Amino acid sequence: MPDFDVLVLGGGPAGVNAALAASAAGLKVALFDENTAAGGQVYRAPVGAVAPLTAHQQAEQPGDTLRRELAQSAVITYFNHVVWAVTAEYRVDAAGPAGPMHCNGRALIVATGTTERIVPFDGWTTPGVIGLAAATILLKSQGILPGRSTLVAGCGPLLAAVAAKTIEGGGKVEAIADMAGLGDWGRTLPAMVSRPDLMREGFHWWHEISRAGAPILSRHTIVKVEQAHDGLRATLAPCDAAGRPVSGKRRSVVADCIAVGHGLTPSTEITRLLRAEHRYSRQAGGWIAAADQDGRTSRPRLYVAGDGAGIAGAAAASHHGTLAGLACAIDLGATDVDQLRSHVPAARQAHAKAARFGRSMAQLMALRPGHIDSIGPQTIVCRCEDVTRAEIDAACDAGARDVNQLKAWTRCGMGPCQGRTCGDVAAELLAARAHGGSRERTGCFSARTPLRPMAVEALTGDFSYDDIPILKAAPL
Amino acid sequence: MLNAETMRIDKAGRAATVWFFFDGQPASARVGESVAAALFASGMKTLRTSPRERAPRGMFCLMGSCQECLVMVDSRRVLACRTAVADGMHVEKVPEAGSDA
Repeated sequence: MPDFDVLVLGGGPAGVNAALAASAAGLKVALFDENTAAGGQVYRAPVGAVAPLTAHQQAEQPGDTLRRELAQSAVITYFNHVVWAVTAEYRVDAAGPAGPMHCNGRALIVATGTTERIVPFDGWTTPGVIGLAAATILLKSQGILPGRSTLVAGCGPLLAAVAAKTIEGGGKVEAIADMAGLGDWGRTLPAMVSRPDLMREGFHWWHEISRAGAPILSRHTIVKVEQAHDGLRATLAPCDAAGRPVSGKRRSVVADCIAVGHGLTPSTEITRLLRAEHRYSRQAGGWIAAADQDGRTSRPRLYVAGDGAGIAGAAAASHHGTLAGLACAIDLGATDVDQLRSHVPAARQAHAKAARFGRSMAQLMALRPGHIDSIGPQTIVCRCEDVTRAEIDAACDAGARDVNQLKAWTRCGMGPCQGRTCGDVAAELLAARAHGGSRERTGCFSARTPLRPMAVEALTGDFSYDDIPILKAAPL
Repeated sequence: MLNAETMRIDKAGRAATVWFFFDGQPASARVGESVAAALFASGMKTLRTSPRERAPRGMFCLMGSCQECLVMVDSRRVLACRTAVADGMHVEKVPEAGSDA
């Protein structure tokens, strides 16, 4: 007997809207998230200490709306719960503040968002080098500057967001190294026009940046970071459209903190674990579960929603969540299926409109083959196990063809992050060397439980040795 | 070392300041901050050494994915980015691989 009709994994805009739609249709819904509140990474709630930066931010933000609607709904929430296993029968095992717990659902909606991709360069493991997403969390949620002086590098809209918020918070931005050129940004204009609000926000960021006099280095990439006596010394080089550093003036920039990010990859551990069909899409950010437009996967009663189903941005994720929640309610035969069906066309239309903007931003962050190819032989690719590019190439030359073979031979992706950080880059390296670039033939790391490293005591919970039944010894 | 207060955006400081320790060194934090963020703001950026190269590592993704900010709190391994600072908390580096065998 299932505990819930639907279990939703992930409390970002997709997961919350999926839960709200399914709950409004009369289903009994539970939502799980690792964080203390809903919002996901994009609408992460500020910690108690953080005051809004400016007056206009005191108005209700999208994240506040999301949290309010969820609180007013009948959805049962499990925040601070790390889901570490999901079975084929949709039993979810989680570790929470009160210890281990599990529950069963008739259906599962996976809305686990993305992981930030950071393409390795010499020195990227140096403390003080952090992800652009990490810098965003410091600024927006923790109320902390990434550095008194910060270098912002990589690609995508987060560059401008991190730089502008650092400046607004009183920090200095030493430079912004953007792999995209002005032409790349120009190509996003038609889609940007569809979201004048976000376009305004973008222009506001660039205005802040130029007012502060922070140099913007277009078509530049970071090639090296070294620990210097006065901070971290980064070397920046001009690059081509494929992300490959080219000849030209190298620049040296010293900063306390280097915030770098090269886009997002969908988090698909759970759908891979459940052996749903997947497909590779460079535009969508990597491997994604094959799904219809409402998020139905190849597996009965398993749905995907939001950026984890393919990068399309936060606004699209909200609508995609609604679609997945409706699809789930329709498939489970909720009370008034015809009425639910009548909501679908409008939600699809809203999703398509929002996704157009998000996908044009995703184009700026798509993996650049020349960028991957330029990783140096001694550069660490797998941070957990300190595996270098040269070791990956050597495994390939020795015959490794599938990324899981590479993992077994080199330990690349076998460490505590379970390949979340290196998996996309390692597979791209192997694909280029072994399969003429075919990611399909290279495959994807197998997902394994526990989905996150777990302490044994988090799984056993509190127990008394007296309560453990001891079987009677077998007769000799 | 950085002065943690120059790194905090809302200098008026609505939340109370608490003190905690990293390998015996005192560090300040505001109530609600994560151990990872508070240590980063205090300039204590090296949290552990990598098991193979023994190279310094610190906070990286800040969202519980990369596992780089693993530390010991009350003799338990926890991610510094998923642990809120508590007054008087003792945070320690994890023993180097092999040394706790």
